[in-house]
Amino acid sequence: MSVAQATRPPKAPAGLTHAELNALRADFPMMSAQTNGRPLVYLDSAVTAQKPQVMIDAATRFYEREYASVHRGVYSLSQHATDLFEQARAKVADALGAGKDETIFVRGTTEAINLVAQSYGRSVLKAGDEILLTQMEHHSNIVPWQLVAEQTGARVIAAPITDDGEIDLDSFERLLTGRTRIVAFTHVSNVLGTVNPVRQMTRMAHRRGAVVLVDGAQAIQHLNVDVKELECDFYAVSAHKHFGPAGIGALYARRSILDAMPPYHGGGAMIRSVDFGGSTYLDGPARFEAGTPHIAGAIGWAASIDYLETLDRQRIAAHEADLLGYARDRLSEVENLRVLGNPSERVGAVSFFMSNAHPHDVGTVLDQRGIAVRAGHHCCQPLMKRFGLPATVRASVALYNMRDEIDALIDGLHEVNEVFG
Amino acid sequence: MSDLRELYQEVILDHNRRPRNFGELEPPCSEADGHNPLCGDQIRVYVRIVDGKIEKVMFQGSGCAISKASASMMTDALTGKSVQDAAKLFEGFQAMVTSDMDATVGDEMGKLAVFAGVREFPARIKCASLAWHTLQAALKGAHEMVSTE
Ligand SMILES: Cc1ncc(COP(=O)(O)O)c(C=O)c1O
Repeated sequence: MSVAQATRPPKAPAGLTHAELNALRADFPMMSAQTNGRPLVYLDSAVTAQKPQVMIDAATRFYEREYASVHRGVYSLSQHATDLFEQARAKVADALGAGKDETIFVRGTTEAINLVAQSYGRSVLKAGDEILLTQMEHHSNIVPWQLVAEQTGARVIAAPITDDGEIDLDSFERLLTGRTRIVAFTHVSNVLGTVNPVRQMTRMAHRRGAVVLVDGAQAIQHLNVDVKELECDFYAVSAHKHFGPAGIGALYARRSILDAMPPYHGGGAMIRSVDFGGSTYLDGPARFEAGTPHIAGAIGWAASIDYLETLDRQRIAAHEADLLGYARDRLSEVENLRVLGNPSERVGAVSFFMSNAHPHDVGTVLDQRGIAVRAGHHCCQPLMKRFGLPATVRASVALYNMRDEIDALIDGLHEVNEVFG
Repeated sequence: MSDLRELYQEVILDHNRRPRNFGELEPPCSEADGHNPLCGDQIRVYVRIVDGKIEKVMFQGSGCAISKASASMMTDALTGKSVQDAAKLFEGFQAMVTSDMDATVGDEMGKLAVFAGVREFPARIKCASLAWHTLQAALKGAHEMVSTE
């Protein structure tokens, strides 16, 4: 931003008006829930997002009036369920900018990454090969790689991040070598909110001939994802962070790679023919979808995607940016508090640490006031270690949050200072 | 906010700020590590037994106010006690922090009775009992890691 721009009076929030925000909040029943006798202030959407009524209704309608399994019966009900399930796949694929034939339904981000590690990774990795990650990865983008490294003799390496909480691109590029086979990193950090320069990193990795997996768990809630624009080979997401049901997610796998990948789970629905002499498998996503899937999950997820499409995504993004900026400003008023990292591009989350109170104690004080935040290591122990902290408090915002809730958080943090001195 | 003051009583806040018997105990002693995977609390408890009595007990580690104060007050309460009495106190402590809200707390708990407030905060019970579980392991001479999960 130029100096001239910076000194202009602040523009009126380009986000949502009060009335619009109130209407949007009314779409989410949990926004009028109570906890500990107080109205719920939900600042934990990075863990899981609350659900719009239309999503709940779609899943309920399916169970009440349309329920049958998919890819099974010849009867109409089963055919209808199959249609709904496959329409959901098309919607999810569309939301990712992917093709329907490159979108695999899985249980969530965690399973998606395990699938890639065990199917793709295990078939290509050899002793001495390297898997490059970053220091800001969630455990679910670390442990699956450690498992496959143990199985194949490959090595897991982590690229460092800066004090601002951004990837150190020079080191990242230097760590890419002829031995690097797989590069896996998050699109958005669940602790710092940092948005990584995915395309730039992907291009660096591709120049070295490595394949790239992007963990999209946090990004899907806040950004318009387009895997073709990001140029990555794999992209993993969870529906529950996208205002959909828990227990379902998706893996985008570039078609040319997907076709060469061996099955991950064996069972029904993934085979062409089974014989004790040997079995043959289906092509495309079906090869990775053994067993009866989470059908209502897919249908509910499609309904939440439909819901999101009724909103003006640009103004929602402006609203979220306003909330996060406001939170960042107001947090600086609180004594004994330090915000972790200062990335140039941040969405969703801000983590902080108080010198006089452990994150767990902060969490309890806030909980008594009806405020839900995450306190802990956020499944990012290497990142905690990087910042020399055992744990942090994280406040995360989604489209349904409002400035009043940030004010409630700040009041709660002042109380922490009163209690812990 | 009365509930909050129930949990964070002055004594607890004081032990959190100035933990007693904090640091490493020189051998001979036995020790054990405790870990609460949910929040990352880590603790190491050292104990030296002489003639069936706890001569000295110390701890190290990082954790929330409840886990730190609980460890600190535990070391105060146990110094000089017989191993049998320590086991009884452990049982009493466990019973206290997991009992019904209105159950009365016996006099034998002494100063430790301040932890009765933890009963109203189910998410925090493990914080209060981590030090005690770790001490049990140290007394057994077990060197393996104790986990609250
Ligand atoms: C960055 C990141 N990756 C992966 C995951 C794992 O997602 P899930 O638990 O839905 O599989 C999470 C969830 O917290 C996350 O934040």
